[in-house]
Amino acid sequence: MIRLDHVSKSYEAGKPALDDVTIHIDPGEFVFVVGDSGSGKSTLIRLLLKELEPTKGKIYINGQDLKKVTHKKIPMYRRNVGVVFQNFRLLPDRNVYENVAFAMKVIESPNKEIKKKVPTMLSLVGLAAKYRSMPKQLSGGEQQRVAIARALVNEPKILLADEPTGNLDPTNAWEIMGLLEEINKRGTTVIVVTHNMEIVKAMNKRVITIKKGVVVSDVGGDDYED
Amino acid sequence: MKISTHVYNVGQGMKNVWRNKLFSLASIATMSACIFLFGIFYSLGTNFQAMVKTAEEGVAVTVFFDEGISQAQIDEIGNEISKRAEVSEYNFVSADDAWATFQEEYFGDNPELAEGFAEDNPLANSANYEIYLNDVSMQPTLVSFLEGLDGVRQVNQSEVAAKTLTDINSAITIISMGIVVILLAVSIFLISNTVMVGISVRREEIAIMKLIGAKDAFVRQPFVVEGIMIGLIGSIIPLILLFFMYEEVIKYMASEFNFLSNMVSFIPVKTIFTTLVPVSLLLGVGIGWIGSRVTLHKHLKV
Ligand SMILES: Nc1ncnc2c1ncn2[C@@H]1O[C@H](COP(=O)(O)OP(=O)(O)O)[C@@H](O)[C@H]1O
Ligand SMILES: [Mg+2]
Repeated sequence: MIRLDHVSKSYEAGKPALDDVTIHIDPGEFVFVVGDSGSGKSTLIRLLLKELEPTKGKIYINGQDLKKVTHKKIPMYRRNVGVVFQNFRLLPDRNVYENVAFAMKVIESPNKEIKKKVPTMLSLVGLAAKYRSMPKQLSGGEQQRVAIARALVNEPKILLADEPTGNLDPTNAWEIMGLLEEINKRGTTVIVVTHNMEIVKAMNKRVITIKKGVVVSDVGGDDYED
Repeated sequence: MKISTHVYNVGQGMKNVWRNKLFSLASIATMSACIFLFGIFYSLGTNFQAMVKTAEEGVAVTVFFDEGISQAQIDEIGNEISKRAEVSEYNFVSADDAWATFQEEYFGDNPELAEGFAEDNPLANSANYEIYLNDVSMQPTLVSFLEGLDGVRQVNQSEVAAKTLTDINSAITIISMGIVVILLAVSIFLISNTVMVGISVRREEIAIMKLIGAKDAFVRQPFVVEGIMIGLIGSIIPLILLFFMYEEVIKYMASEFNFLSNMVSFIPVKTIFTTLVPVSLLLGVGIGWIGSRVTLHKHLKV
């Protein structure tokens, strides 16, 4: 489903942010990507979103060469990939319901469908009761739940999470990771970039470690050691 | 795009105008000034043109003949005149007609003063053609043509009047066009800046929309709507103002300068506005559209 073949990415002349990265991820997998700050994790996410083009190498998503996704086709491609961020990136002037509905509005879903699906999504992330709250009235954990609902409401096959628990206290972090695992169990491929080694160890998933742009280890659940 | 999507984006565009009040207001004000002046010039110009037209109808060229000319030759000259495109009308005035008119004008109250001339028409040589033009600016051409004809002794014309009217008319047109063009450019500039501010305020929202998978047209539409709304509001306000002003000015002119009403009649507000309204609205919408497109092209490479 996701395949990176010898992918390198350099921002400017200098050492590359990603260096000869080869990764295969199957449909339905749950994968952690860990590594120090500046090691190239966000660069990887942005390549998968086609916000950036690889300097070298090829990326295939569902067998499709990302290089061949033209500017015009990028919107359609991105509808298959949900994304959440460390800082949530909710629209501050719209309430919980509107933030999630926004994602459907943007891809021009019919209003009838929006009215049906947004509440379902909000129940899934456990925020049905707070649908009229504004983002600033919510805790960090709740805001991230809204962001996850927004990323999933269009039913993408892949969910990318770039340090989703970076701004959360341990309790909320655990809850968000639990939610992501739940979403993965329902069939979505989930890639989580994180610093939270305690959770990574406890959750027993595949872990890809990047160091200075190079994949230094890629091990499945039980094999992961510090 | 779906209708509901357009509705949503129109709503977003209006929100942009509102969120961006200060800049929107500045743009609307400039746009209004522009359309307002355009409206004034248009009203002035149209009225003036009507005056010129009326004046043209009154401006005549008079052709006098050589002494002892035959009626056949006079008819021949008339025939030549009738072939000219710029001539709207021409009348033959015989020497007797001319004398009768003269008597009426100068001896009107005391006809006995003219008695002495009874047997001997003092204007024997004043038979002439009175020629009316459909375009005063063609007068010099016609005059030189007439002067070149056989049997023509003299051509009288009201050159100054004709020239002045034509000159004023084209001066008004040129000056008003110039001012309107400058103001239009300023409007485009201000609207595109307003839209640019809107874009920078909503940068994060635009980035999120693009990540979610919004198409380019969807991202752009609210900003195009914003520009068009500003243009539209900026042309409706001055149109309303002009409508009431025009009526007031006409009323004022009619009461203060009574004598004018004999010379000129103002064009009714309805006639002016049947052209002014669609042209102004089109200008407003067009300027708004151009203004937003300019900015989107420069600052929103989606
Ligand atoms: N837009 C950019 N322009 C130039 N260099 C960048 C840019 N984004 C990231 N980098 C550099 O690329 C490297 C990897 O960054 P990033 O992918 O953000 O790392 P991580 O997410 O693992 O912290 C860093 O050295 C960073 O300074
Ligand atoms: Mg990062």
